[in-house]
Amino acid sequence: MKNIWIIFRKELRSYFASPIAYCIMTLYALIFGFVFYSAVTYFQQIVMQAQSMGRAFPLSINEIIVRPVLMNASVVGLFLIPMICMRLFAEEKRSGTIELLMTSPIRDAELIVGKWLAALALYAVILLVSAVNLTFLFSYGKPDWKPILVGYLGLVLEGGCLLAIGTFLSTLTRNQIIAGVAGFCVSLLLYVLNWVTSFESSTTSKVLGYISVVPHLEPFTKGVLDSRDVIFFLSAIFLGLFLTARSTESLRWRA
Amino acid sequence: MIKVEGLTKRYGRTLAVNNISFQVDKGQVVGFLGPNGAGKTTTMRVLTCFLPPTAGTASVAGYDVLEQPLEVKRRIGYLPEMPPLYPEMEVSEYLTFVGRLKGVSQSAIVRRVDEVADLCAIGDMRDKLISKLSKGYRQRVGLAQAIIHNPDVLVLDEPTAGLDPKQIIETRQLIKDLARAAAHTIILSTHILPEVEQTCERVVIINKGQLVATDTVENLTHRLRGSEAVSVEVEARDGKLDSSAAQRRLEQVAGVSRVVLRTSRDERATFEVESLQKQTIRGDLARAVVEAGWNLNELRPLALSLEEIFLELTATESETAASPADGGNK
Repeated sequence: MKNIWIIFRKELRSYFASPIAYCIMTLYALIFGFVFYSAVTYFQQIVMQAQSMGRAFPLSINEIIVRPVLMNASVVGLFLIPMICMRLFAEEKRSGTIELLMTSPIRDAELIVGKWLAALALYAVILLVSAVNLTFLFSYGKPDWKPILVGYLGLVLEGGCLLAIGTFLSTLTRNQIIAGVAGFCVSLLLYVLNWVTSFESSTTSKVLGYISVVPHLEPFTKGVLDSRDVIFFLSAIFLGLFLTARSTESLRWRA
Repeated sequence: MIKVEGLTKRYGRTLAVNNISFQVDKGQVVGFLGPNGAGKTTTMRVLTCFLPPTAGTASVAGYDVLEQPLEVKRRIGYLPEMPPLYPEMEVSEYLTFVGRLKGVSQSAIVRRVDEVADLCAIGDMRDKLISKLSKGYRQRVGLAQAIIHNPDVLVLDEPTAGLDPKQIIETRQLIKDLARAAAHTIILSTHILPEVEQTCERVVIINKGQLVATDTVENLTHRLRGSEAVSVEVEARDGKLDSSAAQRRLEQVAGVSRVVLRTSRDERATFEVESLQKQTIRGDLARAVVEAGWNLNELRPLALSLEEIFLELTATESETAASPADGGNK
């Protein structure tokens, strides 16, 4: 436990000591700000339409703004997550510091979990940037905060899942670009895999659709906390970290 | 302290280390000697639990590297060939991180960082970013991280590589101090031979993955030099020197086993003369040359340096050892 914390602190420190964290946060704030702005503008438009048509019932901010905005946040995350985790092992392998870590009295699992948690923490900080936007909704309307919280939980879980896979890919190479590109491709694939279910209903497409992260993320953004989706993400995280552990172990044998 | 038995390491089909056995006692400084690619780094990586051996065993302080790697790692400080530094960290921050990683307790860490910074003479650099340090200072920071947890065993992979002469001398002195002051058992690898002569008590020579010799520096020198070797330069007083005549004359001196003509120019020639076992021949040589009417320009004893020992050992061993090793790879 102590070792996880040591690694966690070191990784987080190196994110914030280098421009990586600030760069990613700025870009995220920019893109998410635009997404949020367009969602709010759209909401204003339909509110005005509804009023001119004489409909009195209030429109749900959660349904019309929060939900699509959170889905879009996950799309932006798709681009940023590989950038967060591509360096985790590739950089250590390139600079030779992996030799320090692997000859220190810590377990591989502690090293991996520490690194992954640091990446997840950075992702959570980035999500906080988006949450700043959402707080404005509370000053102008009365959105329900519980579904928003569930939505963020979903984003963190989905991010954790893609980060775990990205961490695994980072152990495979000493080249950060390769780790990043591979991470992006796998993340994107996991994102679009459920497209097949829209035009086909064979078992294969059902399985592919199930593997996709989107159908598991969507309920969260609606505010639905389904244990099946939580378990899906947790097991995907476990799989990613397990593969990372196997891969670091094989590093020793292949060197 | 360190026990290696039948250690073998293969990378795929390449045999990096082949059946090496040696032992290092507590407090000894051992030089690991061999040409590039001899298997020095591989052996060190096995000892530090970075790589598992393909066959054979290695143990540090009684703990096996495969069975109890955490115990071994706690007792070993390792400086790889490339110091494992994080350029974005400050020196003291880096040392604190490594200290924690190696299990130095929270209460002792500040004191320990001060101590190793003083020991490695990097006190002035403590607040600098590692990326701003020169090569010599980086090497010292690397050494500082290896000793931060006061390990029983220090494994240093080419600690002086890439340093300027002044830094090399300082690093060697530091290694000697470490061995004396803290009673560390030290293994250091190098291909610079004087370094071993100056810093180490024992030498382990490996070549092409094979153990060639393991002994003290003096014993090795002694073992290979039972006889005396002398370089003699003879000059004719007038005109041309008959070098074959001179050679014959030298061979007649009592106690001489072999005379080899090294260089020969018109009026002078240089010979290398070797004596029989435990014979001193310099006086007789000088007299013989002068009595024959030549000038004795130079009479210089040829010391068998570690370099020659090394070349001799690796040359002869590689001839005999190359065939089975190559056969194994086919």
